[in-house]
Amino acid sequence: MSNPSKDNDLVSNVGQRFGRLPATPADREVEGRASREEVVDFFDDRFGIEPAVFEDFTFWEKGKGKIWIFAADVPSPIRIEGLGMTVLRTRQEHWKPTHSAVQRFGHHATKNVVKLSAEEAAQFAQGEDQEVEWDGDWGYLIAAHELAGDRVPVGVGLYLYDELRSTVPKGNQESLTVL
Amino acid sequence: MNPLERYAPLVEDHEAFFAACEQPLPSVVRVNSINATPERAKRALDEEGVGYEEVGWNSQLLRLDERGPGTSWPYFHGWLHGQEEVSALPAIALDPQRGEKVWDSCAAPGSKTTQLSAMMDDTGIVVGNDNNLGRLSALRHNAERLGVTNLAVTRQDGRNFSLKPFGFEEFDRAIVDAPCSCEGTIRKNPDTLDQWTLEHVHSVAAIQKGILSRAIQATKPGGTVVYSTCTFAPEENEAVVDHVLETEECDVVDFECPLESRPGVTGWEDDTYDDRVENTHRIYPHLNDTGGFYCAKLEVTA
Repeated sequence: MSNPSKDNDLVSNVGQRFGRLPATPADREVEGRASREEVVDFFDDRFGIEPAVFEDFTFWEKGKGKIWIFAADVPSPIRIEGLGMTVLRTRQEHWKPTHSAVQRFGHHATKNVVKLSAEEAAQFAQGEDQEVEWDGDWGYLIAAHELAGDRVPVGVGLYLYDELRSTVPKGNQESLTVL
Repeated sequence: MNPLERYAPLVEDHEAFFAACEQPLPSVVRVNSINATPERAKRALDEEGVGYEEVGWNSQLLRLDERGPGTSWPYFHGWLHGQEEVSALPAIALDPQRGEKVWDSCAAPGSKTTQLSAMMDDTGIVVGNDNNLGRLSALRHNAERLGVTNLAVTRQDGRNFSLKPFGFEEFDRAIVDAPCSCEGTIRKNPDTLDQWTLEHVHSVAAIQKGILSRAIQATKPGGTVVYSTCTFAPEENEAVVDHVLETEECDVVDFECPLESRPGVTGWEDDTYDDRVENTHRIYPHLNDTGGFYCAKLEVTA
């Protein structure tokens, strides 16, 4: 095992395989790789999603900064096509949760959730940017609407200068009824 | 000549069979229990004014009145997945449990794979394999959309699949929803039989035998393997099961088929098959207003 305290002891990330995230930054062996602790803290700090939600999952990196969440565990590194679901994009200044992460886990969020009206939700699902009322933090927000009696995440929005940009991926965008 | 004519001797009610094959298929969705209960999904459809009726034999399947499943809020949220009614059968026959290790040898585009994940409450591991990169990308997209986190995706030839990357030796269960001549999908794809040849039936049957053999070898003794196709040809169905009964350590297990079915046939043209294939199920389109299907449940004996 290399001493992870010095950056030049770290090995570089290999894009074509999945590597399990180290438990904490001190356990880091791959340069620039986020730790499990940092990922769980990110969801807690930014959205108030309790760390307990992620207790039974493992986290993996494949490609530069793409973090995947997996329900079980397998030997690391592993060279396969997919491992669970993408949850987060790291290795950039502002970490960005994925659309699928927010659809799957966003209902646990207690902050930085912007509630959209029926019209706004339909616009957002189509991938359109719009002005919305929001006096909280700038940056990545969970956009949600009301459906079947619950608050349901529609996707990840980037809020900047009074504008909410929809980051719903092209393949998921849909023209839907205004409820 | 319509290739389906060759199956007339197997079907009691020819007219109903051929008439059903001409009819378009109802639009059916499965409620994805990872993200929603049937009650929640139905309430969302109600709010949106999308009509549906429940499929009697399974509370998670809904027949939609009109439009396809892709343009509703519950679909957008990954609460629903478009899946032909009869294709929900193999996962139900497999009956995977929480925390198990399950192999789906021919997984893409993932309707059955994601159904397995949902039945396991998204725990344990489903290894979804396919050999076609384009189809794998559809599998990945569907799994993400449905919030599946217990799926590991591989691209290997199912006939000599290796578990080496996973650090375990065998699966608890395996499902082989094999590539086939797709005769039973005629209602969905009316031109599916344009390319039909007997040579193709025989060549695909050889692949099916290879994949099913590997699935039995890769499953623990006492484990379950389900074999299914969406075709009528006995060469691709009973003959494949007959082959593994002879060459692999396995036995046919009877299972209660929730859809009306007919027993597997023990003879076809000049061939005869092991009597045990009578406990496998043939589903013709006119029996339940579905596509055509074949499903066999096997137990690994050693």
